[in-house]
Amino acid sequence: MKNKLYDMPIYMDYSATTPVDPRVAEKMIPFITEDFGNPASRSHPYGWTAEKAVENARKEIALLVNADPREIVWTSGATESNNLAIKGASNFYSKKGKHIITLATEHKAVIDAVRECERNGYEATYMEPEPNGLLDIEKFKSTIRPDTVLVSVMLVNNEIGVIQDIKAIGDICRENNIIFHVDAAQATGKVKIDLETLPVDLMSFSAHKTYGPKGVGALYVRRKPRIRIEPQMHGGGHERGMRSGTLATHQIVGMGEAFRIAREEMDEENNRIENLQAKLLKGLTEIEETYINGDLEKRVPHNLNISFNYVEGESLIMAIKGIAVSSGSACTSASLEPSYVLRALGRSDELAHSSIRFSIGRFTTESDVEFTIALLKEKIDKLRELSPLWEMFKDGVDLEKVEWAEH
Amino acid sequence: MIYLDNNATTALHPEVLKEMLPFLTSQHGNPASNHTFGRNAHTAIEEAREKVAISVNAHPSQVIFTSSGTESNNTIINGIAKAYPDSHFGFSSIEHPCISEPIKSLVHQGFMVSEIPVDSNGIFNVSDIPDEKRQSLTFLSVMMANNETGVIQNISEIANWARENKIQFHTDAVQALGKIKVDFEALDIDAMTISSHKIYGPQGIAALIVNKKIDLSPFMQGGGQEKGLRSGTENIAAIIGFGKACERSNQNRVRFEQNINLLKLTLEKALIELGAIIFCENSRRLSNTTFFSFKNIDGSTLLTALDRKGFAIASGSACSSNNSEPSHVLLSMGVDLDLAQGALRVSLGVETTENEINDFIETLKNEVNRLKQLTAVAA
Repeated sequence: MKNKLYDMPIYMDYSATTPVDPRVAEKMIPFITEDFGNPASRSHPYGWTAEKAVENARKEIALLVNADPREIVWTSGATESNNLAIKGASNFYSKKGKHIITLATEHKAVIDAVRECERNGYEATYMEPEPNGLLDIEKFKSTIRPDTVLVSVMLVNNEIGVIQDIKAIGDICRENNIIFHVDAAQATGKVKIDLETLPVDLMSFSAHKTYGPKGVGALYVRRKPRIRIEPQMHGGGHERGMRSGTLATHQIVGMGEAFRIAREEMDEENNRIENLQAKLLKGLTEIEETYINGDLEKRVPHNLNISFNYVEGESLIMAIKGIAVSSGSACTSASLEPSYVLRALGRSDELAHSSIRFSIGRFTTESDVEFTIALLKEKIDKLRELSPLWEMFKDGVDLEKVEWAEH
Repeated sequence: MIYLDNNATTALHPEVLKEMLPFLTSQHGNPASNHTFGRNAHTAIEEAREKVAISVNAHPSQVIFTSSGTESNNTIINGIAKAYPDSHFGFSSIEHPCISEPIKSLVHQGFMVSEIPVDSNGIFNVSDIPDEKRQSLTFLSVMMANNETGVIQNISEIANWARENKIQFHTDAVQALGKIKVDFEALDIDAMTISSHKIYGPQGIAALIVNKKIDLSPFMQGGGQEKGLRSGTENIAAIIGFGKACERSNQNRVRFEQNINLLKLTLEKALIELGAIIFCENSRRLSNTTFFSFKNIDGSTLLTALDRKGFAIASGSACSSNNSEPSHVLLSMGVDLDLAQGALRVSLGVETTENEINDFIETLKNEVNRLKQLTAVAA
């Protein structure tokens, strides 16, 4: 999708955020103009109209993941959902134990919420995934302790797009009477989620990763068996006391519409995106010395994360300004640290540094992909021409064995 | 339908919508991303931050965007509790539940918590703080203007007292902004909450203004946005709308202080003639808010009757309109339970016209007289 008006680069960063679908924007606008009521106002039609719209949207969220609308709690985004789930559940069930298990490759919002629990007297295990990014179920089993109270594992990873075996992990949690939270911010509209059959207690959603607006998300809280959480935000007692604060009606309406579109169009859209991904993969792996990060099979079609060896990460990003991509996660790309996710997979600093995340979506076209492949081929060629390391590699020097002189 | 419930939420101003639209459609970057889309989003947010800062005379670096006034208030209470574990929290008895509830929730963590009553005029007096509490108090939150009664506190005086006594001070200025002058720097306070949807901006966005001399632990952890104080991808369109609404708030204020105040006086004169009791009548109040009750007339019956005639007003505050509990604000002022139970709130907006108020008064007269007759027959 090239924005001609501003001569913007081609957008290949759908995992950072997606454009709002025009159908979503259209649904939202009446609720910021004429139907502007506060859904908590019970004394007049402005409030009733807003409340009805909020409840319709709640149904749409529930429908996409096959849940009961009463299991959906609105939040300001996945960060808040993750914080509410992790702190809320671990606090409520603290008598059961004070040990939390999560993955080293989770989103910052999960990792840092768990760290906050650690500061409050909990112990945490940050499991390293296998080199393909997936959690080894046997290793997970052996990490469980009698005092493990909560497990948090994301469904689809934001950087490498791998899909964890949530069913297997959840079954083990059930056997051990452990609360299981799943961050599904990157999963909605990409993989089928059926909470009727999935053994998941809490699940976080975001709107702006699924063509909805920023600033709204939701948390699924299972009713049967009933899961309790301690509210983190106190006030007017909205959302059955689990999350106070005036609901932003237009944003909620936008999320509902975005999730409706996802439910209805997911199958067809995924087919199309799979083809684009295959094309992108084929084109980019024609470049020598490329490494795919994360499992290729258990992965959403929207994501390709590739390391280009013998290219310096920053120079590569500068060279491919015609496309908007991310190196590491968007939320941390302000820092130059190599991605903690790729390092957890055992990638060297060099390969982690030269990784690019291509994430495609609803508005990506074949020609966008073709342009990307051609651009990458051209620029990587040029950068490698300038690279002494590339020259040494081409001459057959084993760089691992080179003893570099100290300056 | 005439909307007279502007303290619950306000209609978005068309100019605000116009500025927001591009950010709901074509301008979609994540401000944390390091490409053109991301950088454009980042720049737009910083411009909005400046507009918000200017509207309350604060520095842009003091503005933290949150998702609601409720979140801002929870952020300051939790942030202080974590950073200062020996805190003793004080709050006025008329605070919004999003101040009183987070403070009360700290009791089971071992914090000292004190609710300080207001007088019968709805006013908070420093002299009403009991001596033994005064000694140990370390944090105090008093709202600038009350959402139900509209009473404006003498925040400057309370803030001076707090500063002299080395007490951290926060004010919830959600209802005050855009109606009276709000000057963070002149007040010289530690923190202040403001919200967008009460000033003709969108719902889902608010700010906590924080003086950097206090330490604050973040309420939500994650990607480290808002200088680490509020993680989560920024709600750009809403932030842009909030910035524009703040920019417009000063011109609204002039209208509130002049035209709207005259309309309120007309309304209150008619109410008194009908025998209504206006709460905090003689206190300094917001020029848009009238909170009243009729003896012997059931409030919810009158509310429904007015609704049928096309007037949207409120009973108590919106977030508690769904329960029939009487206003905690009125009860803490010592108002009779019966009178409190029948309380109705009219809150005018910047666009409210003289004709609308005259129509409202006319309808109110008819309905009140009708209900009085019914009551008389029943008796």
